[in-house]
Amino acid sequence: MSKTISENVICTFCASGCDDLEITHNGRDISSARNGCAISVSRFTSTKQSRISRPLLRTKERLRETTYLKAIDRAARILNNARYPVLYGWSQTSSEAISKGIELAELVGGIIDNTTTSCHGPTILGVQDVGEATCTLGEVRHSADLVIYWGCNPIHSHPHHTTRFTIFSKGRFRKTRKDRKLVVVDVRRTDTAKLADRFIQIQPNTDYELLTALRAALKGEEIEQDSVAGVPLETVEELADMMADCEFGALFFGLGLTMSAGKHRNTEAALALVRDLNYVTKFAIIPMRGWFNVRGANEVSTWQTGYPYAVDLTQGYPRFNPGDTSAIDAFTRGEPDAALVVASDPVSHFPKAAARNLLGVPIVSVDPKRTPTTEASEVVIPSAIIGIETAGTIYRIDGVALEARKVIHPPPGIRSDVEILDAIIKRVKALRGRR
Amino acid sequence: MPELLIRNGRVFDPLNGIAGEKMDIAVRNGRIVEKVSGKARSLNVSGFTVMPGGVDIHSHIAGSKANGARMMRPEDHSKDPERKTKYTRCGVGHTIPSVFTTGYRYARMGYTTVFEPATPPLKTRHTHEELNDIPIIDKGCFTLFGNNWFVMEYVKQGRIEELAAYVAWMLEATKGYAIKIVNPGGIEAWRWGRNVRGLDDTVPNFDVTPRQIVQALCQVNSLLNLPHAVHVHPNALAEPGNYQTTIDTMDCVKHVQATNHPTIHVTHVQFTGRKGWSWADVRSGAPEIADYVNTHDHVSIDPGQLIFTNVTWMTADGPAMFALFKLAKTKWLNVDVESETGAGVVCATYKKSNYVNAIQWGIALELALLVKNPWKIFLTTDHPNGGPFTSYPRVISWLVSKEARKKLLDKINKTARRRLDLPGIDREYTLNEIATITRAATAKSLGLESKGHLGQGADADIAVYNIDPSKVDLSRDYKSVRKAFSRAVFTIKGGRIVVKNGEVVRSVQGRTFWTKPVVSEGAMRAVTSDLESKFDDYYSVRMANYPIHEQYLAASEMITTKAGV
Repeated sequence: MSKTISENVICTFCASGCDDLEITHNGRDISSARNGCAISVSRFTSTKQSRISRPLLRTKERLRETTYLKAIDRAARILNNARYPVLYGWSQTSSEAISKGIELAELVGGIIDNTTTSCHGPTILGVQDVGEATCTLGEVRHSADLVIYWGCNPIHSHPHHTTRFTIFSKGRFRKTRKDRKLVVVDVRRTDTAKLADRFIQIQPNTDYELLTALRAALKGEEIEQDSVAGVPLETVEELADMMADCEFGALFFGLGLTMSAGKHRNTEAALALVRDLNYVTKFAIIPMRGWFNVRGANEVSTWQTGYPYAVDLTQGYPRFNPGDTSAIDAFTRGEPDAALVVASDPVSHFPKAAARNLLGVPIVSVDPKRTPTTEASEVVIPSAIIGIETAGTIYRIDGVALEARKVIHPPPGIRSDVEILDAIIKRVKALRGRR
Repeated sequence: MPELLIRNGRVFDPLNGIAGEKMDIAVRNGRIVEKVSGKARSLNVSGFTVMPGGVDIHSHIAGSKANGARMMRPEDHSKDPERKTKYTRCGVGHTIPSVFTTGYRYARMGYTTVFEPATPPLKTRHTHEELNDIPIIDKGCFTLFGNNWFVMEYVKQGRIEELAAYVAWMLEATKGYAIKIVNPGGIEAWRWGRNVRGLDDTVPNFDVTPRQIVQALCQVNSLLNLPHAVHVHPNALAEPGNYQTTIDTMDCVKHVQATNHPTIHVTHVQFTGRKGWSWADVRSGAPEIADYVNTHDHVSIDPGQLIFTNVTWMTADGPAMFALFKLAKTKWLNVDVESETGAGVVCATYKKSNYVNAIQWGIALELALLVKNPWKIFLTTDHPNGGPFTSYPRVISWLVSKEARKKLLDKINKTARRRLDLPGIDREYTLNEIATITRAATAKSLGLESKGHLGQGADADIAVYNIDPSKVDLSRDYKSVRKAFSRAVFTIKGGRIVVKNGEVVRSVQGRTFWTKPVVSEGAMRAVTSDLESKFDDYYSVRMANYPIHEQYLAASEMITTKAGV
């Protein structure tokens, strides 16, 4: 087969939404990927690794190959018979698939939750308390003369972030590295910190203290301590001045803030700090969302149910009470009796108690590749990879929606998440005697 | 699709000059026809009012800021859940309902077409995802242009024809319906935490004025033959004394030749119709604005009626929203969108006892009652800024009944009551005028030829209300009027019965209207080459990944216009 080069391909790894990839392929296999970061190149050139080639059903303690028809029938029966199923994952699939997932959750009466619950859930809770002053990534590129990375390490997690959007990017009002200052706040000297004009190393689990001290300093309050969070007071005041004196500041934060002690209190303090800064200058805050469509999972869930994650549809209407209606908490209590996992690996990532209880219920997993979760499943339904083998809408970190496209064909017979979920919905309706 | 015959209703169809006559309406294949066969399903609606389906010209129902507001406000939803039924999906209200609920609640009120009035171009794919998911109603969205870098640069260079071709490219790329301007130039200034003060202030770094932006885009609207006027939210929103800016904004385009509709539509004037120098002496500028509208044919307005309740403010006007946040001190969302626009969201509560809120309520009603021609003013609450769209029946009751207004006037802030002209206004709307401001005039203003009327060939979008015009005294029975408009006896969408006795009995997919102005190949080539040379510098997405394909719309309804460039 002849070689083709697809241009302007959108990367579906992290949520930076790089859309300038050049992929060389023959319609079935990708031979090379250009312009992407190392992770992106690896993702595009290793699509065939660890693939599941046929649907699998657990019979006599072993996963054995079966047909889509039988796998979908079993999946539908498991979900239909469950009293309290959890439909979890969704951050590595398309918005169209997430939409189907919500329809299915409503139909069977369960919890629909996405991986936000274990990453930026506290960010959303913070936003629900104070709001959020934010902007699209291009605004940072054009205007920001001060960039702060707090509790995140984009050089490894979002490798092109600094070149496309922040210190190494060229914008309308900021042309070169010299036009911008970079501050990194972290508990260790990361590779991102090595690029910083100013690195502020704080003691673990003291982000809240430092953020609160910065708010106080900004308001001209006297701080009666020599140091805060292990940072000398003069450094705190200096940083507060830097923030107040810039023309356009951007604060990016990651799991170092959301998943350390304080959680949503940390994000709330960061959001409030940036809000307060807008009284004296222009400042934006952008959470460093991880997977390529975790933001999309929040968006779709919100416009369809009103709530961004941890939505309980068992009563026939949406309820949202993280801690109660969130997947991890429900599993920790051992309440759910079945799980549908789409494009995620909770067996590896859930806390031990939740993972143990998850392993005690029948799991239906939909995933292109083998994971510890698929290995523990009752039914495994293989799917096409979004943005490589099938098209779909994804949301970047900043909420810009992109249409990820199909570059090559999926392996023979492999269906998309949308087709699989649609088939399960139809089967559940048939089991319930509805058209 | 079965034929329908809607018999013996009292029909209000202002576009065809029918005001309460008893007549039958025949429906076949989703359209209104002269007659149907004997097999047609017959609905006897004797003693009821029949109108075309409602057409809402300005309601923030979809897109990134609506969804940002939903995400920020769980407290708005938890008290107002919607349970799933045999025919409907579940969801939540209240001021920013989830998408399914939005469609159902509009349909229950007899509304069948709604336009989202402000979509940031870069985020419009999101807007269409939500519009696709809103059931039953037809819809569309207005694309924001008033702070766009390409626009300001073409204006600065005086290249109107290239600007027109750019707007055409953008409307097609975003599948937008009309040109929307929000605080021209002010949102670009907000990049640096500033705002523009008025029509002749210079936009930082771009050396153009809001006046030039508004004038140029109105000329473009005319060159492109767009179906709707330029839809404008002027500078100085919510500031005391801003009524003069509003009048100046209307006046600055009075010489622009429009095709067959007004040149400019100024929206939610309640927020930009204020006299006075400070919050303590804010007065109503409605009489002056109404006077201007009454004497000029190139304008139309909508009031953005205030309701005394909890609301969510949302607008592309980032600086105005921050100014209001500093007063409200609740929660504040701000989203600046690169090279194009911004957005702000704040939660708020309107109180009868609050002087400014009471004046705002009065400004909107004064506008509705003082503008004499109902074809020049449309019913809106600027949902959810003035109040949720579910308040329309309440607004209608105020318009048809002086008694209803008086009852509320007795409860509002006394100083405000004394300073408003409202208590002295006797006008009461007729049902025909209500039909005009809620469907006929809005459909006409939007240039939707198959909407807003019940003539042959029109879309069979029909609302039947439990009002017998021969028996009901609207002025006295305003409570029953309100109830009737809250729950349609029947809502028919595209020839199918979707609501019966106020409950949704069927869900259908509505269409999305968008405009494709056909410009000359030469003009489009010139603009495409401009775009290609600058796009990577202006945006963080590639030009190839920017346009939204027609297949993306669940049910696309393209309107083409022949452009003069």
